[in-house]
Amino acid sequence: MELAPYLILGSIEGLVTAAVLALMAVGLSLVFGVMRVVNVAHGEFFMLGAVLAWFVADMIGGHPAVSFVAALFIAPVLVGSLAVVADTMILKRIKYDPERTIVATIGLLYIIQQVTLMTYGSNARPVEPPFNQRISIPWFEWTESGLSMYWPWGLGTTTYKLAVIGFAVILLLAIWVLMTRTRIGLIMRATQLDRDVAQAYGINVDRVYALVFGLGAGLAALAAVLIVPIQQAHYLMGHDPLLLSFIVVIIGGLGSLAGTVVAAVLIGLSDGLISVFFTPTLAKIIATLIVTFVLIFRPSGLLGKHNP
Amino acid sequence: MIEKTGMTDARKSLYFHLGLIGALFILQFILPAYHHGNLARIMVLACYAMGYNILFGYTGLLSLGHAMFFAAGMYGMGLPMVHLGWTPEPALISAIVAGVVVSAGIGFLALRTSGVSFMIVTLMFAQAGFLTILYFGEWTRGDEGFVIKQAERVMAGFDLSQPTNRYNAALILFSICLLLTIRLVHSRFGRVMIAIRENEERTHMLGYDVHFHKWMAVIMSGTMAALAGAAYALLFGYAGATFASVQYSIFPLLWVLLGGAGTALGPFIGTLFMFYLIDLSSSFTTAYMLIAGLALVLLTLFLPQGLVGEFRRKVVPWLS
Repeated sequence: MELAPYLILGSIEGLVTAAVLALMAVGLSLVFGVMRVVNVAHGEFFMLGAVLAWFVADMIGGHPAVSFVAALFIAPVLVGSLAVVADTMILKRIKYDPERTIVATIGLLYIIQQVTLMTYGSNARPVEPPFNQRISIPWFEWTESGLSMYWPWGLGTTTYKLAVIGFAVILLLAIWVLMTRTRIGLIMRATQLDRDVAQAYGINVDRVYALVFGLGAGLAALAAVLIVPIQQAHYLMGHDPLLLSFIVVIIGGLGSLAGTVVAAVLIGLSDGLISVFFTPTLAKIIATLIVTFVLIFRPSGLLGKHNP
Repeated sequence: MIEKTGMTDARKSLYFHLGLIGALFILQFILPAYHHGNLARIMVLACYAMGYNILFGYTGLLSLGHAMFFAAGMYGMGLPMVHLGWTPEPALISAIVAGVVVSAGIGFLALRTSGVSFMIVTLMFAQAGFLTILYFGEWTRGDEGFVIKQAERVMAGFDLSQPTNRYNAALILFSICLLLTIRLVHSRFGRVMIAIRENEERTHMLGYDVHFHKWMAVIMSGTMAALAGAAYALLFGYAGATFASVQYSIFPLLWVLLGGAGTALGPFIGTLFMFYLIDLSSSFTTAYMLIAGLALVLLTLFLPQGLVGEFRRKVVPWLS
């Protein structure tokens, strides 16, 4: 039995993780970059996206593709709107004070999580993928008759997993275009550089903040809708992705979007590959400690330019 | 400010807190069994909150990883008792040593960062600690935890599983932590801690070693939290990984904020209030953490000073 086929499989699984992680972490990074606040409730926006996707798919029914596409639009918009409300009702009133924002978003985390527990319950529920053909990955080996192709048992992926990777790439490109090529992106970057000067130039900073907070939450929800056909929707599912996106945002350099994406691919791939070799708990311990030491000894992250 | 007539503020504050300890002593003869047991638990958890308050309330450093200090004490006590057959006395010392070592090490590393990074670094360290406890499940029994047998929980001839002994042991610990806090706050060292909270730059300019004071604050805070963890294991006979989870890092923050950060009494009031709020709500819903979430949001919005903080501001400015 060769190791290489398993590494390939590990890489594909890792890329799926990386794709979802990149979307979620870019949302967190955007919020941190523009608003200079840490949103601890980000994982719950992710969870809410998955749960709402289940509700939408359950209500619409019909062909899985129809209900899934509906969920892909409805869930992020709902979650984004909720985040906008939370921003105006809570964060704006405490003037985005960094420490009080962390406390308030911890509160928000428990509110969202527990309300989900009360309404959706503690069961994990799946959403059907819009399409899901199995693809076996061929492998080559030398036999008496020369190089031949064979299909190792169990080595395969699905079209849906590949589509998730592709869709995430398109979305990340769209965000890049939004931030660098549009007027709203320009306004967001101006606010990020200097809030007061942006305000002096007539930018409605409050609206930009609300928009960014909503966009960040919407991205987390979108990532969740993509992953929910692979991983079921559960009210505690936001915890691990939150820690992972923290890790990604820190490694990538706080507030740097390009760094975030690179770090997500790095972490996602290594997560897929490390779990081939180590037990998940040990892998998590090692990853957590590495990140902590990066933050201690390189506070601006691996790719960050300056200390924010 | 020293007043010419009557008592100084420090003295008034001391008598006020001594009065509270006296009231808690008398309460054990009045309270029904259920609340008697609750109050013992609250006093131990309040020690945890008081430890947290030294760092957060007085020095102005917000840690999101204090559960690892609490757990250091809890396992520092529980593991040698269960696996090495130690009696509570040496186990208590090993728990305190565990608290000092863990907080000194983590403090040394984490204090290289500040602000939001400090919060995330402490959170991450605590997460690594939590996972480590799960990893060594063979000894720690992971989430399930382990029970310390009643026969082993005898300290200086007192059976600490017996309610009256347990209540008074908790009260003694509570009094020590409370009086230590008050003593600390009025000492020169405590004044520097408060100065760091108010203006770190200026304190540094005045020639104080800010980094050393912060480090000592982490160690004192972490060790008091470890002491509370050790007492919890000893008095209630149980140690489990839940106490090392993120939730138990959030709890002392919540208790201190609710009661009033930077007040000696705040942690106790906050713990008392939140304990009964969750106790009452868990009788009609499993989603009792909803109450904690709502409390955090409402507190940051409307009561940033906390209950005792508001009380001090409006009624008794001399309270420490």
